[in-house]
Amino acid sequence: MYAETARTRPQEPASAGALILSGAKIVIRALKEQGVTHIFGYPGGAVLPIYDALFESEGIIHVLCRHEQGAAHAAEGYARSTGKAGVVLVTSGPGATNAVTGLTDALMDSIPVVMLSGQVASHLIGTDAFQECDTVGITRPCTKHNWLVKDVNLLARTIHQAFQIATSGRPGPVVVDIPKDVQVKTGTYESKESARHPGIRPKLEPELVSIVRAVEMMAAAKKPVFYTGGGIINAGPEASRHLRELVKLTGFPVTSTLMGLGAISATDPQWLGMLGMHGTFEANHAMHDCDLMVCIGARFDDRVTGRIDAFSPHSRKIHIDIDASQINKIVRVDLAIVADAARALKEMLHFWKTQNHAVDADALAQWWNQIETWRGRRCLEFRSSATQIKPQLAIDRLYAATRGRDLYITTEVGQHQMWAAQRFGIDGPNRWMTSGGLGTMGYGLPAAIGVQAAHPEALVIDIAGEASVQMTIQEMSTAVQYNLPIKIFILNNEWMGMVRQWQQLLHGERYSQSYSAALPDFVKLAEAYGCVGLRCTSPDELDDKIAQMLAVDAPVLFDCRVDPKENVYPMIPSGAAHNEMILSGADEDAPTIDEDGKMLV
Amino acid sequence: MLQKSSSIERHTIAVLVDNEAGVLARVVGLFSGRGYNIESLTVAETDHAARTSRITVVTSGTRQVIEQIEAQLGRLVSVHRVVNWTIAKPGIEREMALVKVSGHGEKRTEAMRIAEIFRARVVDTTLASFVFEITGPPDKLDTFIDLMRPLGLLDMSRTGVAAIARGEGAM
Repeated sequence: MYAETARTRPQEPASAGALILSGAKIVIRALKEQGVTHIFGYPGGAVLPIYDALFESEGIIHVLCRHEQGAAHAAEGYARSTGKAGVVLVTSGPGATNAVTGLTDALMDSIPVVMLSGQVASHLIGTDAFQECDTVGITRPCTKHNWLVKDVNLLARTIHQAFQIATSGRPGPVVVDIPKDVQVKTGTYESKESARHPGIRPKLEPELVSIVRAVEMMAAAKKPVFYTGGGIINAGPEASRHLRELVKLTGFPVTSTLMGLGAISATDPQWLGMLGMHGTFEANHAMHDCDLMVCIGARFDDRVTGRIDAFSPHSRKIHIDIDASQINKIVRVDLAIVADAARALKEMLHFWKTQNHAVDADALAQWWNQIETWRGRRCLEFRSSATQIKPQLAIDRLYAATRGRDLYITTEVGQHQMWAAQRFGIDGPNRWMTSGGLGTMGYGLPAAIGVQAAHPEALVIDIAGEASVQMTIQEMSTAVQYNLPIKIFILNNEWMGMVRQWQQLLHGERYSQSYSAALPDFVKLAEAYGCVGLRCTSPDELDDKIAQMLAVDAPVLFDCRVDPKENVYPMIPSGAAHNEMILSGADEDAPTIDEDGKMLV
Repeated sequence: MLQKSSSIERHTIAVLVDNEAGVLARVVGLFSGRGYNIESLTVAETDHAARTSRITVVTSGTRQVIEQIEAQLGRLVSVHRVVNWTIAKPGIEREMALVKVSGHGEKRTEAMRIAEIFRARVVDTTLASFVFEITGPPDKLDTFIDLMRPLGLLDMSRTGVAAIARGEGAM
């Protein structure tokens, strides 16, 4: 097989007016042409020429992270909050392997990330050279596409195509691996326009006949529900606007996945909350009992569907997704529309209006009555305590204290993430950054750094757990270095809470290795990093301490000591259906988890 | 809802790919990573000017899995086209095998006689062995090889399936 970097070579290599630059300068110039303003990275031997070119260039801020995983998550946070690609720059070997978690996370959650990695010089590749690893081999299954650039004349073209691929269609991470000699050699710079990859033409426009059919199905529905996911966020703010209009116009209830939070305002009365394993009672029951499901930009993830053979058994299903491979992957649908969510929603609005469709008002009123009954179960209520901070209360007070602020929320992974998703109302798209698909503990702190770098004036809070946050805690140093006043709000229950919860429910309360022993003093730790630490241990000081945190113009580690025994409810136990939820620890009707359920994650 | 009862089908899928470094690893990695089967796989450059190769994969799975395989292949940046010869178009499938048989006397004669019936060619011979070259659909090769087994089958090498559409149309 030929080793070819990009699909076609430049037509005229080195013509008279061609711009000849070193590979390293080509990299910087290509990044600038792509409009890159921030790079998250870490230098090392095989990437020094690029760092040297960066040293003398202006207009790009390099954020030096403390670990390449942190750099990758920071780029994800940057990307998710801006809609632009996040850029990572790392060295060969461990630099690249450390970033693999971030790349996989970005792949699972469809986040555009462009990672540039240094590689040992071409003649050393394959010799087990110092800090050599097969970066394209290792990152092949965790990227949308990747390249090893062997010819400096193809470097600019490859980087431009990397951005094109990362951001088009269903977004995702890409890697450009650049041997050190290619960074040093000189070659021709090629501009963004001439470098476009001819083969990347995602199908954005929906087939109108399908849209017409979809709105007809919607008009005929008696018990409809919109099931919306991260695809709405990725399709840009326009998609959220169209969704809100369509929801208002039809009067249909709408639920969101973990990745889709914010597409519709959490304060919208038609929003049923998040669905799935820790979704609301009303959202899951609406999904189970509906007669028409309109899925937009979601992928029927196992956290969402519960037991698949009992998933929404009586509904017709419409699935709109930009990625054809998602159609009929888990759940067979009645109408599939492969398109960009914004364009599909726009056409749905158009045909709904111009064909004068109307909903079955009586049926819809009845359906809402039923939904209100489910809502009446008040599934997110919790037993308050005068002495212990309930984690739910901490989220509620944080939410109340930050209403109206220009706010971005990131999370780690676990119980705190679910409580945040359930209770912290996200009002707009791109305001909620969480690791959904991969479930990466340690995502939230570096992601907050990326978000804050992109939005210096905004309030950026990482809702964290004491176990997750320690996975990337070193990035506090990054926050301090760049004056990024992120607020790390740690719900400290001294346990890997979600692991503990599962051990309690599924493994006979045998708490194997889930206690967070030897925890650091987070206040002293914050001080050691040169930022601010706060501790809150009782409910009556919670509001004051939160206000203190918000008043600080510096990074804060907030050690919120919460009830260690609290579980996340409601819950669809593994292997159960949407209408078999456990509402609380005291729920006597709750289904028990059988041996089959134990085998599921 | 995905039907659980779907039976396992065997499909031949052609994939037109850029002839670039790592492209075979992308395709094969997709199959192993997602737990799909590969029963046979052939690959070679088919258009030197356009730098494209054709990969022919014989795979098996339920209808849903086959649909997923096609869709997942279609997502790869290096893939230009995916055609399922078992569903999309009536295709012709051919495979070649080299089959070494050793034996004396009656067995040797019988092997030669069967080879003639199958239109297998002798491409190497010693006093105690033949190497047959046989071409045909995979099941014809299977049958031939089964018949050779009691006659002294020693070794074989199969190319995997190459496939093309009937009629005037091209992939």
